Amino acid sequence: MAGIDIDGITKNFGRTEVLRRVDLDIRAGEFMTLVGPSGCGKSTLLRIVAGLELQSSGSVRIADTPVDSLRPRDRDLAMVFQSYALYPHLTVGENIAVPLRMRQLKGHQRWPYLGALMPGARDIERAIAAEVGSVADMLDIGHLLARKPGQLSGGQRQRVALGRAMVRHPKAFLMDEPLSNLDAKLRVHMRAEIAQLHRRLGTTFIYVTHDQSEAMTMSDRIAVMMDGAILQVAAPDTVYNDPTDIRVAEFIGSPKINVLPAMVRADGSLAVEDSIIAVEAGAAPGEPVTLAFRPEHALLADPEQAALRGRIAHVENLGSDILVHVRVGESGQPPLVVRTAPNGHRHEIGEKTGIDLSSRLPLLFGRDGKRIGVASARQREAAHG
Amino acid sequence: MSARPTLGFAILRHVLLLAGAAFMLAPFVWMLSTSLKPSTEIFLDHIRLWPDQLAVVENYTAAFTKAPLLWFLLNGVIVTISIFALQVLVALPCAYALSKLRFKGKQALFAVVLLCLLIPPHAISVPLFLLFHQIGILDSYAALVVPFTISVFGIFLMRQFFMTVPDDLIDAARMDGISEFGIVWRVMLPTAVPALTAFGIFSVVAHWNDYFWPLIVINSEHLLTPPLGVAAFRNQEAGTDFGPLMAAATIVIAPLVIAFLMAQRRFIEGIALTGMK
Repeated sequence: MAGIDIDGITKNFGRTEVLRRVDLDIRAGEFMTLVGPSGCGKSTLLRIVAGLELQSSGSVRIADTPVDSLRPRDRDLAMVFQSYALYPHLTVGENIAVPLRMRQLKGHQRWPYLGALMPGARDIERAIAAEVGSVADMLDIGHLLARKPGQLSGGQRQRVALGRAMVRHPKAFLMDEPLSNLDAKLRVHMRAEIAQLHRRLGTTFIYVTHDQSEAMTMSDRIAVMMDGAILQVAAPDTVYNDPTDIRVAEFIGSPKINVLPAMVRADGSLAVEDSIIAVEAGAAPGEPVTLAFRPEHALLADPEQAALRGRIAHVENLGSDILVHVRVGESGQPPLVVRTAPNGHRHEIGEKTGIDLSSRLPLLFGRDGKRIGVASARQREAAHG
Repeated sequence: MSARPTLGFAILRHVLLLAGAAFMLAPFVWMLSTSLKPSTEIFLDHIRLWPDQLAVVENYTAAFTKAPLLWFLLNGVIVTISIFALQVLVALPCAYALSKLRFKGKQALFAVVLLCLLIPPHAISVPLFLLFHQIGILDSYAALVVPFTISVFGIFLMRQFFMTVPDDLIDAARMDGISEFGIVWRVMLPTAVPALTAFGIFSVVAHWNDYFWPLIVINSEHLLTPPLGVAAFRNQEAGTDFGPLMAAATIVIAPLVIAFLMAQRRFIEGIALTGMK
């Protein structure tokens, strides 16, 4: 178990800058998820930590030791790949044993057939077999040890890949989109299983994914990456409720956060479409800002009393929730989504409705996409009065 | 309406194919037939495939006793196996580097490999002969093996196959602590068995049957390869005795035919396995 410090890492492929001075401090035993759209550099960052890719500048420290000059095998990390990358010619048991055999047996002891006759080899092989057996039992693949990877299902291959990573008790696990080749149902199942595995092993995990729901459900902390830079590093809860950047707010959460262009008025309130939202924005009057709110932080209300007015464009019934898409104003804005509980009321397409935002302060972002402070108008009145 | 022309076409197709097959097989059938005949029956004014009097024992005994045929066969085995083993030893690391490693000038290097495919082996035989004369290895096993150790075709074939091996597998091997050469032999080689079998067939057939290069560099009888050995048969006093000569030729091609039939099954198996994934 070890912490990993990523310090000012940049990476260029020719003229393309893939990573731009990335700093990340991963604590010992933490489940850290790197999440971002494809092409944001998250896999490259993971491969640099693993030593499979060489950074253009910056340094990586594992347990306070710089590892930049070390080969992958000497960094004592284990990696699980998207395609599982099992050796197709070896059985499951042999696959899991490879990292141990490569480290514990000497070159001549690994010779095919003859190796087993070398002095000492048999005892080590026996110890390795025991270790492989216990890891396989832990992952519930003990009955598959004699099979070849080609005879396994996707989920089973995934477990074998995990077993091969676990068997050596590395300082940290690196996982590069390990669930994206599985079907949706199995993915949800394995999500829970990997999180449990992390709790049981207590080892540092770095997990790369483009799926924000994997990031939200499994991690201790999430690092949201975009265009080769980390935008925010925080616990899932903070990233969801308190994003520092509009791109983070838009990437995390499903359905997506609602955004509306707004203008700061002289008294700090916001002009949105044809209505006024009474808050105090931390920006200069006349400044264009972006107003954002989560679908569950708004309520459908009487159009005469609500902050925003529009017509229902589409309704999605998820069983537990209903997502009501409301088109506000006549502009080409995508409809706003409000999550409501099914309360027997039927929402008709084309029906006039209002959106009430008073239950929670909306998020405000400036022109550069950075978060702007906002206070409720009542506090202001209280302060002034 | 459509059944009749299809049937007619099928018959026509088979007739054509059978005629082609018969044409290709005729010399082999004739060789086999001649190897069974006593000398009195070889030159007749009519075609007789099965002799009245079988001379199998006489002809095949003669083939083994009048010249050291077994020795020639052994030479053939030594030479073809050495060539193939060395070709694999060179081609696999080269193909790995050309397909999976990143270094400057890789594309240019691969272009050079492709260019080498265009050089006919006969064009460089004279310079090679002179070179071997200079270093004094003419008339030896080395002279038979060394020119073929670097198979450009083998490098190309294996490189194309290695391109299809996922990069993740190699990265996983690196994480597991396998060295680069270890990756070539422990990871790439086992996955490449079907491609290697195909290459093996090409290589072994070409060098078992090679007549040109051994004829140039070999003088001593104890180094003759099977095709040269058969030719040497004709030059000896048994020259006009075609029965033993054809028996020797049959024995020389037999290992290839048997090996091919066995490898063919293996070959098809390999293709079937990759198709299942």
